[in-house]
Amino acid sequence: MKVVNHKTPSIDGLGIIKGRKAYTDDYAEKDSLIVKVLRSPHAFAKIISIDDSKAKKLDGIEMVLTHKDFKRIPFTRAGQGYPEPSPHDKFVLDEFVRYIGDEVLAVVGVSNEVCEKALNLIDVKYEVFEPILDYEKAKNHHTIIHPEEEIHQMFDIGFNPKANIAASYHMEIGDVEKSLSECTYTIHETFYTQAQAHVMLEPHTVNARMDYQNRLVIYSSTQTPFHVRRIIGHALEIPMSKIRVIKPRVGGGFGGKQAIHGEMLVAYVTFKTGKACKMTYTRKEVFESSYTRHPMRLEMRLGADKNKKLKVIDCHVLSDTGAYGEHALTVYMVAGSKVLPLYNKVDSVRFYGDVVYTNHTPAGAYRGYGAIQGNFALESAIDILCKKMEIDPIEFRQKNMMKENETSPIFAIMGEGTEGTAMMMDTCKLEECVIKGKELIGWDNIYPYHDNGEYIESVGMAIAMQGSGIPLIDMGSASIKLNDDGFYNLMVGATEIGQGSDTVLSQIAAEVLMTDVEKVIIYSSDTDLTPFDVGAYASSTTFVSGNAVYKAAKELKNEMLKEAARIFNTDISNIDFDGQIFTYNEKEMSLKDFSNQITYSHEQKQLQVTSSYVGPKSPPPFMAGFVKIAVDKDTFEIRVLDYVSVVDCGTTINPMLAKRQVDGAIVQGLGMAMFEEVKYSKNGRLISNDLLNYKIPTRLDIENLNTVFVDSYEESGPFGAKSVGEIGIDTPPAALANAVENALGVRVKSLPITPEKIMKLMKEKSNEKK
Amino acid sequence: MKIKVKVNQVDKVFDVQAHEYLLDVLRKNDYVSVRRACDNTSCGVCTILLDDKPVPSCSLLAIKADGHHVTTVEGIQAEAEKIGHYFGQEGADQCGYCNPSMALTVYALKLENPKATDQEIKEYLVGNLCRCTGYVAQHEAIRKYLGDQS
Ligand code: FES
Ligand code: FES
Repeated sequence: MKVVNHKTPSIDGLGIIKGRKAYTDDYAEKDSLIVKVLRSPHAFAKIISIDDSKAKKLDGIEMVLTHKDFKRIPFTRAGQGYPEPSPHDKFVLDEFVRYIGDEVLAVVGVSNEVCEKALNLIDVKYEVFEPILDYEKAKNHHTIIHPEEEIHQMFDIGFNPKANIAASYHMEIGDVEKSLSECTYTIHETFYTQAQAHVMLEPHTVNARMDYQNRLVIYSSTQTPFHVRRIIGHALEIPMSKIRVIKPRVGGGFGGKQAIHGEMLVAYVTFKTGKACKMTYTRKEVFESSYTRHPMRLEMRLGADKNKKLKVIDCHVLSDTGAYGEHALTVYMVAGSKVLPLYNKVDSVRFYGDVVYTNHTPAGAYRGYGAIQGNFALESAIDILCKKMEIDPIEFRQKNMMKENETSPIFAIMGEGTEGTAMMMDTCKLEECVIKGKELIGWDNIYPYHDNGEYIESVGMAIAMQGSGIPLIDMGSASIKLNDDGFYNLMVGATEIGQGSDTVLSQIAAEVLMTDVEKVIIYSSDTDLTPFDVGAYASSTTFVSGNAVYKAAKELKNEMLKEAARIFNTDISNIDFDGQIFTYNEKEMSLKDFSNQITYSHEQKQLQVTSSYVGPKSPPPFMAGFVKIAVDKDTFEIRVLDYVSVVDCGTTINPMLAKRQVDGAIVQGLGMAMFEEVKYSKNGRLISNDLLNYKIPTRLDIENLNTVFVDSYEESGPFGAKSVGEIGIDTPPAALANAVENALGVRVKSLPITPEKIMKLMKEKSNEKK
Repeated sequence: MKIKVKVNQVDKVFDVQAHEYLLDVLRKNDYVSVRRACDNTSCGVCTILLDDKPVPSCSLLAIKADGHHVTTVEGIQAEAEKIGHYFGQEGADQCGYCNPSMALTVYALKLENPKATDQEIKEYLVGNLCRCTGYVAQHEAIRKYLGDQS
């Protein structure tokens, strides 16, 4: 391979670092109207009255929008395929507000200043209700967060709003209770994972204008431009043919930009007034009023027989979706479906529980998407079981984990929101990942710990799997056209959000067409111009959109050969093409001549093809993560000395970009493992609402990352590739918890793993001894 | 009120309001490489150089720039290209949102302390957050750029 599996620098990095216009707000029209939202000061209330008369009189205020301006059409902002597996429980504006930061109304004015002034002049009276701020008490609480009649599910997701349940799920293979009763070793532990904030550096941003054809053109920092078009069309009753969504460069998404945020209001204002307008979230709004990761309580029971074979996994999970049910069911199911098959030699597995509404900032999609929550619980529990059985945790995993050419019945049962699809692990190099990681971290020299005087050094590990798109649901497509002079345009609906997809997809096309990346000019994500793609989520782009590009490039090549055969007046099978020259016997024709000829001289035509791909399966990437830490003996502060990630993501299309994507995911996972935490006050106000109070890792927190790939080739992927976007985030929490227990003999079961929690456990431990 | 600022070596007069921050003034005047990510000096994305020192423009009142020299990445294109080259070689760019301000800060570091040690690099840039890369690739790229005497 000449282009694929080579370290091509990203095709757009240079232009961006040099400061060219790139991101959504850079494209806002000068003098756009500004849209600002008044946000609820109450965790749960009904709007009784709104006095906006003073605000409306202000010079420069164009309009004030309240729930009375919108027809009551329930929808979900989740940004998923159709029909969505999330409840339609949201209105553009509603007379109820369900968390502090929820939208009350919007003002539209000529400047930020006048909008702020207007917001201060508006008097809203509320009837305040008792909120639910503890998700463990939400089910069947006397407060009902969504009492409205119009809301509904699109198909059965266990939606039961009268009990504050956004979704629920139950599956069982075998007989868990019976299997447990037959086990020699069992454990029963409960784990908690916290809400995490995405903190993509570019805040949610959108702007719109009417074009000269009187169509609504929206620039949005989104991961899902096609879904944005559909959802806006539905909720505002604007014909979809009148809407064009363009996604410029996105400054990070991590799932947070899968959903609709300011798009709805901006679209409405521009469509209504004909004037350009824009909305940019402040950082405070990003924290309080966009999304978090779903917090979960995961109750795990494991059982093993006398030979230390894992026999049962029982998993009871409660998830907090906050005020709205975006991704409620699907994140929940992934906590099982992309975690439990890791140990596929069990007799029985159960996964069940509810996703409840609370009066918190809504939870939504976030890299790792349930898998990181499930992984923390399962991979912590496995180590606890190993301690009980006195077996080396790596040896135990090697004995019990998923191997190549094996499968798990879970794949067929659990999909994302619907039934799953059975599949074999045609590639699974987990065994190599574990062996290599063990060696690279120097496991045998340290395990379980090494006392360094002031510090204790220790190691911990966890294994993980993810998916590559949602089988039979996620669709991507690509068009490729040959231009005169012999270069190509690649049009994809796939959404570059910083993960490098434009580069990787160009590499795939260039490899098939035997040309250089520079000769493939990519254009992505414009709903008018590029073919459909579900968007950047579910680790789907390289695999799903990549396969579409691969198919399209093959077809175009075939078209080109057909035309060359016509010109040479022979059969297609007699033609050779090396990317530059067509050869037939002694005769040669350069690609440049060929493309000029069919553009300008003989039997002219435009060669262009479009192909689509939907995966019949979702081959999981696998990884083993190993952490080496130093724990201060007095303060219990943890320094991460090294993180070794050994990844099987098939053959990497761009080994360098893949490596760095894993690096970034590891650091995000470490942030969640060590200190990131969305915190609320007693009345439900989000306290960690800026970057001073919500800490993400800085470069001083990271010492060494060692990300490597094992040799692997996935037959169903483009050039052997599987996905790599999310897998990196999954292992840090459990690996770190395991390392802490190896160092100190205490087990932190709730994230983040802070010195305070460790100290408390150490005190309890020493009291027990006394 | 009017302020006189030299932006990227060009003399400019901006009409600003007393409460306006330099970031907004620059963006209004089409220096879009300067972007916002937080609102309170904790991310570094809005960094500009004020007389060659990196400062966050989101909290610098525009009037304070009066009479000073402001550099945005548009003003150091050749150096940015060089830095960008090393970033590309290391895969240190992902979404890129942090990159123009990173380039400015790295350039300022080179002016101030071209022989910076690893720890000094990290400390100098600690206020420049990046949510995508995990920092290690950037660190490698920055080290190579500082070592480049061309
Ligand atoms: S926007 Fe100025 S420091 Fe973050
Ligand atoms: S590359 Fe995205 S924030 Fe740095």
